[in-house]
Amino acid sequence: MKILTGNDLKTGDVTWWTGSDWSRHVEDAVDVGESFEAILHEEEAARRVNVPYAIAAEMTDEGPRPAHIKDRVRALGPTVRPDLTLKPADPEAGNWVI
Amino acid sequence: MVEAIRFRDDDVHEEPAVSLDAVLDQSNATAVRIEAGEDARLLLPLLDRLALIEVDFPVFGDGRGYSAAQILREAGYKGELRASGDVLVDQIAYMRRCGFDAFAPDAPLDPKVMDKALELYDAVYQGTTDSRAPIWKLRHG
Amino acid sequence: MYQYDKYDQKMVDTRVAEFRDQVERRLAGELTEDQFKPLRLMNGLYLQLHAYMLRVAIPYGTLSGKQMRMLGHIARKYDRDYGHFTTRQNIQYNWIKLEDAPDILADLASVEMHAIQTSGNCIRNISSDQYAGAAADEISDPRPWAEILRQWSSFHPEFSYLPRKFKIAVIASDEDRAAMRLHDIGIQLIHKDGELGAKFFVGGGMGRTPMIGPEIRDFVPADELISYAEACLRVYNRYGRRDNKYKARIKILVHELGKEEYTRQVEEEFAHMKTLGLNPPVEELARISEYFADPAFEPDASDDLDLSDPDFKLWVDQNTVEHKQAGYAIAVISLKPQGGIPGDASSAQIDLMADLAEQYSFDELRVTHSQNIVLPHVKKSDLYALWQKLDEAGLAPANLDLITDSIACPGLDYCSLANARSIPLAQKISERFADLGRQRELGELKLKISGCINACGHHHAGHIGILGVDRKGTENYQLLLGGSAAEDTSLAKITGPGFSEDGVIDAIETVTDLYLKERQEDERFIDTYRRVGMAAFKEAIYG
Repeated sequence: MKILTGNDLKTGDVTWWTGSDWSRHVEDAVDVGESFEAILHEEEAARRVNVPYAIAAEMTDEGPRPAHIKDRVRALGPTVRPDLTLKPADPEAGNWVI
Repeated sequence: MVEAIRFRDDDVHEEPAVSLDAVLDQSNATAVRIEAGEDARLLLPLLDRLALIEVDFPVFGDGRGYSAAQILREAGYKGELRASGDVLVDQIAYMRRCGFDAFAPDAPLDPKVMDKALELYDAVYQGTTDSRAPIWKLRHG
Repeated sequence: MYQYDKYDQKMVDTRVAEFRDQVERRLAGELTEDQFKPLRLMNGLYLQLHAYMLRVAIPYGTLSGKQMRMLGHIARKYDRDYGHFTTRQNIQYNWIKLEDAPDILADLASVEMHAIQTSGNCIRNISSDQYAGAAADEISDPRPWAEILRQWSSFHPEFSYLPRKFKIAVIASDEDRAAMRLHDIGIQLIHKDGELGAKFFVGGGMGRTPMIGPEIRDFVPADELISYAEACLRVYNRYGRRDNKYKARIKILVHELGKEEYTRQVEEEFAHMKTLGLNPPVEELARISEYFADPAFEPDASDDLDLSDPDFKLWVDQNTVEHKQAGYAIAVISLKPQGGIPGDASSAQIDLMADLAEQYSFDELRVTHSQNIVLPHVKKSDLYALWQKLDEAGLAPANLDLITDSIACPGLDYCSLANARSIPLAQKISERFADLGRQRELGELKLKISGCINACGHHHAGHIGILGVDRKGTENYQLLLGGSAAEDTSLAKITGPGFSEDGVIDAIETVTDLYLKERQEDERFIDTYRRVGMAAFKEAIYG
């Protein structure tokens, strides 16, 4: 599957395309198939996202999992600071990245 | 192309600019356009007869034109020095400092933003061909 | 320390106003990201993996307690309560909001600091010896020269769109503590016939094509410094490669032209530049130098130290350095606690270091390229009290220049360029070698870790270097041996096939075991490596 990601223009937060909006949580990302150019263009022009791009991902029980480690780090947060990730209460969250 | 923005009082030079090769071959051309990678120093023997030198910026990040402008002004060139191409409003102040006095940007510039950018810094740290006194000179008279 | 006059202050204040306007235009959609990017980069603002990242300049690594406290304030107010000291004497904040960036720059300007040109293809923060003004071996303080260069390079209209970034370091002793020859321009102050001037090395650097900068001029007088630097830069701006970002640094130009031809072109340009009146008068250097005059040292301060506390003794042995003034020492605060993140400091730690600088070091701190903090002028009789306070705050690891004092770039945990994480490796190595007795047995050992080929973690210059690479989507680590960033500058070589995270740590242990076996007399690791050669180490690692 293909999902869309970028950063919020104002805050810089990593965001994921939900089909109608941008969410901080990769679990909310939807498969956009191959027809995403128009979404990227429209959403960036409206400044609802900054430098968005499409990445490959696979659907798992926990939701979409980006194919590349870099996007998994983006999705979670720094593995060396679990307290600053999106899942601070889950000590095993870093394993999802690796 | 939009009309050039000029910081000069003289009339717009009418003759079309020719290439560097052409001006070096052709003894009577008075306007030339040089590309980013071309050596501005080749023009030094011709400066007396040139009235317009246009320096192209293929992309705004290609800063060779700044050195070309400085070299021409350092050699005493007094004619119009025009920056053309991918010239952005936030670059104009540095270009003025390097001796450009005319601009022909690919995309039109907001004159209000440009005026503001040009007036912003009332002091400079370096000497350049714009002859503004650097801060060290203001400190030491 | 240098203090801004009305001109300097106006320049940074204007810059804040300019950037505030640019941010507003970006948020309003008047600037596209493509147009805005170079503007934000010239103010140190990146878009990184998790958010915007702001890199604040600490010119030549020197700052006051008040400035340090402001860095803590920014961490607390605008970030997530910590900052990361980098390998170029800067500090980075990882969680910045674009809308806050102008306010942060305004806060910095209120204490004579800025983020100007900490990114972009321009002249970056001028770095220097972290012991400047305190070292026993320097011939003059390099910082006035660095400050002259800072002012000259700030908002330079001709050199703000160079082929690539440009880094300058200035030192003033034979011992090189600033990796001078691995900079685009390295300057060493020297005396010639009684006159102070600058020796220029041009075309060094790390990155994917590491090179040691060759000397191109043995002496540039003080009053020609700027015109010579202009000549070096102009030749580069005109002829540096712009067709390939990876070949755009000045080292490639110097290498491709050859040192002689590059030097010839610079000399030709210099002869012309000298006539243009570009150089500040010597009075300007004198004016700036006054700010760097010695603090009021107590002339009869005692060299006696009570070392009866064994932990204190270890710290003094390892983390203090000889001062030029009797009765004083240079104290290095290690930001490499066991299992910690190299270079990270919390706002509370930053505040404490600011307090300690005011109390014990004439209100001065330094940041080192190996990501530690220095209190440059501590009275020896104050060392014990200082150490106790540091120790309480977890700031007294006694590991300066030992294997656990590693340099590590932010790596894939924070950086969008990285291919692999570097911090977890530094953490694991510091756990594996946690025993201080073992570390001290290994002696001086510079371990440097980069998470990609761009080499922010200086792996080419490590006695032991690690380079993280991406091998089919998995992190993989190459091991390098034999580099040095000091005056015996050398580039490390890759041992062979890469390793997993644990594999590379095992390999380091193999390598250090071999060193202990082969070491003669008081040889450091690097000395033994140079004598014995790569083959023996390879054999030990790969069999």
